[in-house]
Amino acid sequence: MEKFTKITGVAAPMPMINVDTDMIIPKQFLKTIKRSGLGVNLFHEMRFDDDGGEIESFVLNKPQYREAEVLVAGANFGCGSSREHAPWAIKDFGIRCVIAPSFADIFYNNCFKNGILPISLPQEQVDVLMKDAEKGSNARMEVDLEAQTVTTSDGEVIPFEIDSFKKHCLLEGLDDIGLTMEKADSIAAYETRAAAERPWV
Amino acid sequence: MSPKTLYDKIWDAHLAHEAEDGTSLLYIDRHLVHEVTSPQAFEGLRMAGRTVRAPEKTIAVPDHNVPTTADRVNGIENPESRIQVEALDKNAKDFGVHYYPVNDIRQGIVHIVGPEQGWTLPGMTVVCGDSHTATHGAFGALAHGIGTSEVEHVLATQTLIQTKSKNMKVEITGQLRPGVTAKDITLSVIGRTGTAGGTGYVIEYCGEAIRSLSMEGRMTVCNMAIEGGARAGLIAPDETTFEYIKGRPHTPKGAQWEAALAWWKTLYSDDDAHWDKVITIKGEDIAPVVTWGTSPEDVLPIDAIVPAPEDFQGGKVEAAKRSLEYMGLTAGTPLSEIEIDTVFIGSCTNGRIEDLRAAAAILKGKKIKEGLRAMVVPGSGLVRAQAEEEGLADIFKDAGFEWRLAGCSMCLAMNPDQLSPGERCAATSNRNFEGRQGRGGRTHLMSPAMAAAAAVTGKLTDVRQMM
Ligand code: SF4
Repeated sequence: MEKFTKITGVAAPMPMINVDTDMIIPKQFLKTIKRSGLGVNLFHEMRFDDDGGEIESFVLNKPQYREAEVLVAGANFGCGSSREHAPWAIKDFGIRCVIAPSFADIFYNNCFKNGILPISLPQEQVDVLMKDAEKGSNARMEVDLEAQTVTTSDGEVIPFEIDSFKKHCLLEGLDDIGLTMEKADSIAAYETRAAAERPWV
Repeated sequence: MSPKTLYDKIWDAHLAHEAEDGTSLLYIDRHLVHEVTSPQAFEGLRMAGRTVRAPEKTIAVPDHNVPTTADRVNGIENPESRIQVEALDKNAKDFGVHYYPVNDIRQGIVHIVGPEQGWTLPGMTVVCGDSHTATHGAFGALAHGIGTSEVEHVLATQTLIQTKSKNMKVEITGQLRPGVTAKDITLSVIGRTGTAGGTGYVIEYCGEAIRSLSMEGRMTVCNMAIEGGARAGLIAPDETTFEYIKGRPHTPKGAQWEAALAWWKTLYSDDDAHWDKVITIKGEDIAPVVTWGTSPEDVLPIDAIVPAPEDFQGGKVEAAKRSLEYMGLTAGTPLSEIEIDTVFIGSCTNGRIEDLRAAAAILKGKKIKEGLRAMVVPGSGLVRAQAEEEGLADIFKDAGFEWRLAGCSMCLAMNPDQLSPGERCAATSNRNFEGRQGRGGRTHLMSPAMAAAAAVTGKLTDVRQMM
């Protein structure tokens, strides 16, 4: 997995609550058997009209946000289905960090498996970052995972919380499966124990 | 021993490893797999030269992509869908997992097939690359959706890296009034808590009204726990549960059954267990409800009116404005005057036999409104066969419904069953997101009985007036 350490980039403002995974990547793009190439379909229904033309007013179509690496959004981001196609599309577009007051559980977990950092912050602080993002491409935000801080283009530093194990994996770009396989003995021991206690499983 | 919730008990029984920071490896008893969220996971295994650790605990079935028309026996026309289903055919064979292919009578929606075949049992951990895995919580199993990377992780290690959620209790006291169903309970809870109200929690549903539900009804309730943001929903197993699972193909038999039963009977929350959040709703206060917007939290009783954005606060004002525009609705319109074009009865929320019975009871001897498109999609081939045997299929067909083969169908627009832009649908599924049933399609969620009533009048309708 790609490491996440520190990025400095343009942040796109998306002040909507309950952005669901059907909005992030509509189901017609779930028919792929690959992980790659979904970025062109990110937010498809908000981004393109019926004829496939770009909808100018949509934030990621605006010239100043086309290269956005951070997305600042409203509460309950990523609600809905478990599709990992959502973080795949976000990552493929080039966004590495999503900041919102809250995230849906499965989406939040899926981000970490794909080198994306989801940051949840109190509404007031998201409001500050939203304002900063609205300044466009001259305002570059810095996200530092090691230090656990977001720094606005004005130099205002906002600290954030993150689970230490998840932080470690993201910083090192670790593969979860490899890590778990190191615990194969514990898993085998559990299986022996469980087979004795609950043989019907 | 300190008192525990049901969730605590299942969690403790499945802890294969715990690190000092509380990061845990949870052992997974049943892994359900469908064609949309698994191809990349199997591909990952191949690339790393890994195998499936416990193929005997892994069950696969195609459901999302499959057409539900009779001609599917001749193969799937859409090339992408066909490739995805063929990939599952191949992966199931190569890795040796249990499999119910498209034209097997036992095929159906993964969350209906699992319980039907007796794979889902009390006290188990059940996962699937699908958010509605919450359904299986109805058996007192800890069941939740996972992403594709986690699917790969479970395939390779039969475990999941987890941190524990908090405990939330949702109690529905007393009894439901006539015309009110499990769907109305689960929608009303989400209407009350919001789609993020359960984030960070595992919900246990309890109370007399929950106890009185059949297993089908309990599955409907737990199915939508995810729509309330919870990791999982649970209902403690009881005689209703044991009765339902007894004798199914993969449930324990003989002495094994007795041993299992003895353990299952210990699966309840202790009286003085700690709850981080408690919600209590009186069963008699729940009305037949419908959704008006594009979030499952946009729930109102059928006799209410379409709300105005100003009725809300914060980010919801904008969201409501957007919803009303998308839904083509004007504030102040009585919900019961909203005309529909399509009726969809099916999905993992309401595609079980009891759901079909409830809808057929309303439709018996009636016809659907002229010009309406209406379809019933049984949740599995076995549900379909049973409905035919009970004469329900004839009631639907006589009324003017299409009688389909099993699959996810119009719950999500990944197969040929879709809404056209602007079309309005009374649906028994679980999501009313923008575009969920087809680009520009408008979805109103409700119970099977309410959907049947709407089919007759061509409008959102209070089913109580038809009983
Ligand atoms: S019926 Fe709908 S919600 Fe259920 S598994 Fe299929 S697509 Fe998902």
